[in-house]
Amino acid sequence: MITEHPRIVTSRLEYDDSYTLARFLATGGYDGLRKALSMTPEQVFEEVNVASLLGRGGAGFPAGRKWSMRRPADTTYLVINGDESEPATFKDHMLIERDPHQIIEGTIIAAYAVGAAAAFIFCRGEFALGYERLLQACNEAYEGGALGADILGSGFSLDLVIHPGAGAYICGDETGLLESLEGKRGFPRIKPPYFPAVIGLYGEPTIVNNVETMSNLPWIVLNGGAAFTALGQGSSAGTRLFALSGHVERPGWYEVEMSKTTFRDLIYDRSLGGGVRGGRALKAFIPGGASAPWFFPEHLDIGLDQDAVGKAGSMLGSGSIVVMDETSCPVRAAWRITRFFARESCGQCTPCREGSGWAEKILRRIEDGFGREEDLDLLMDLCDNIAPGLGWPPKQTTICPLGPSIPSPITSGITRFRDEYLLHVKEGGCPMPPDEVQRG
Amino acid sequence: MTEDAGLSSLSLERAEAIVACYPERRSALIPLCHLAQSEHGYLTAASMEDIAKLVGCSPAEVRGTASFYDMLHLEPVGRYVFAVCTNIACMLAGAYEVLSYAEQRLGIRVGQTTQDEMFTLEEAECLAGCDKAVCVQVNHRFFGPIDGDAFDRLVDDLAAGRLAETVPPHGVLNRVSRAVVLPAKAAREAKAAEAGAGGGAS
Repeated sequence: MITEHPRIVTSRLEYDDSYTLARFLATGGYDGLRKALSMTPEQVFEEVNVASLLGRGGAGFPAGRKWSMRRPADTTYLVINGDESEPATFKDHMLIERDPHQIIEGTIIAAYAVGAAAAFIFCRGEFALGYERLLQACNEAYEGGALGADILGSGFSLDLVIHPGAGAYICGDETGLLESLEGKRGFPRIKPPYFPAVIGLYGEPTIVNNVETMSNLPWIVLNGGAAFTALGQGSSAGTRLFALSGHVERPGWYEVEMSKTTFRDLIYDRSLGGGVRGGRALKAFIPGGASAPWFFPEHLDIGLDQDAVGKAGSMLGSGSIVVMDETSCPVRAAWRITRFFARESCGQCTPCREGSGWAEKILRRIEDGFGREEDLDLLMDLCDNIAPGLGWPPKQTTICPLGPSIPSPITSGITRFRDEYLLHVKEGGCPMPPDEVQRG
Repeated sequence: MTEDAGLSSLSLERAEAIVACYPERRSALIPLCHLAQSEHGYLTAASMEDIAKLVGCSPAEVRGTASFYDMLHLEPVGRYVFAVCTNIACMLAGAYEVLSYAEQRLGIRVGQTTQDEMFTLEEAECLAGCDKAVCVQVNHRFFGPIDGDAFDRLVDDLAAGRLAETVPPHGVLNRVSRAVVLPAKAAREAKAAEAGAGGGAS
């Protein structure tokens, strides 16, 4: 169902100059911060708890609960994860480029609520323009007294550093990100300790939140947590920004009300995705980033709801939906995603490092026409070694969730399109050649 | 642009300001690698030695860390680095065909640099520009959707200098710099020092 709802994180995006301080101030910018500073940190914390704001990075952990887990200490750090790299996810990129002040305002509010004296926004290195705009916005926030000592006369002080990444998917994992922020390789940390809120940056308690999560905070503070839970249903409260790509008429980002809006609405509604390109039939879609098991036409009426998608055997993850039409080759799609995991595996854990590489090689030979029938069982067995039992959520044999993500596109494709895999073997090549590109 | 060229005096000054923004010097390693790349287009051996001194580790640790990250180059690259995304959303829009067209047009293979040192071609992982598939970055500035014609225009415009405003030479990540160090921390320390001095006097 397409619903009427306030635009919480995309309210300024109709303006070409949405990223400037002038536009930000003319459209209610920093009003949320002013209000937050007039409340106690505990009251701000409580509003976010009431809002039951789920983290928008991919794991969907409630932000308030994450905050409440922090170990009391003299120094608490706040780190904002803007290292968006999950394939087909491009919503944080857009928020960073188009509304950097909103992220900074949310960050200051969060720092106030958790009592952090220093905050870092980790901006993916490849977002050069976004990084420049965050730096500019940060300079302006300092100049206007929204950052630094005695913020807006409240007595609260905060320093914010905009930190550039340098190109590594694994830094999206919160402990990999902290290692990178400490100037090292982005190797995810061995658990326990399970939560950076206990032992994080430089061993101090650290809250790691996503960019979109921060972008929601000014609205929640201004309108109250209850107004947020009035949107969506159950644990999936509020609106969420979805990134839609692949074979749709209108790829792009769309802010919709959670739970009430369905995948069918998002892909087919004329105000949203506008349908599969050229009126073709839908073959499959990825509901929440490349790590998510695939969905098929029978899943279209599931709501964009974290619990409902989980119950159906996949995840809403990073909020990115990739549409594949009837001409798509499931082997090539699985091969490309697996190649990504193989390239981005940090190499610490054997199941991930070796598993991704071997799976990529086997998929490649099937796609190229050199596959054997027994390769299908070999792939399933290999996946079972990475995530034993192949259930959902997957069992973990590795330090971080990258490893258990590897089987998703492979097992989804083999289970559903076994005949097409076998056709590659029988015909000695791909029966679904890619679209020819226009040559200049 | 030689291996023995390290950070210039101006960059050393900027480097100290970057280091000062972090609770521990080592955290500045990656920002300093970007700074060094902005001077030479890649990380020269001498600049890695400079960075090691600045953050307090060995040059081998700088190299070992930098080699983990796709954006940090340990070998010279062209003035313009094309990164053609071929991940799932772009692949569905024909990215591999664009990539092979780019190889043909530039006369090089993925990973190589043209003889005039103008262009390097890379195959990239998802760049988060999927609504504009096929997405291509030049020195981390976004272009898309790109097909064969659009790629030709991009090459011509870059070669003729028509995109100099939008696309700085490779390695220049940001043209905006941080204006302050850590004012809140400085104020806190000043207050603590004052309290300490007061305590000593009484």
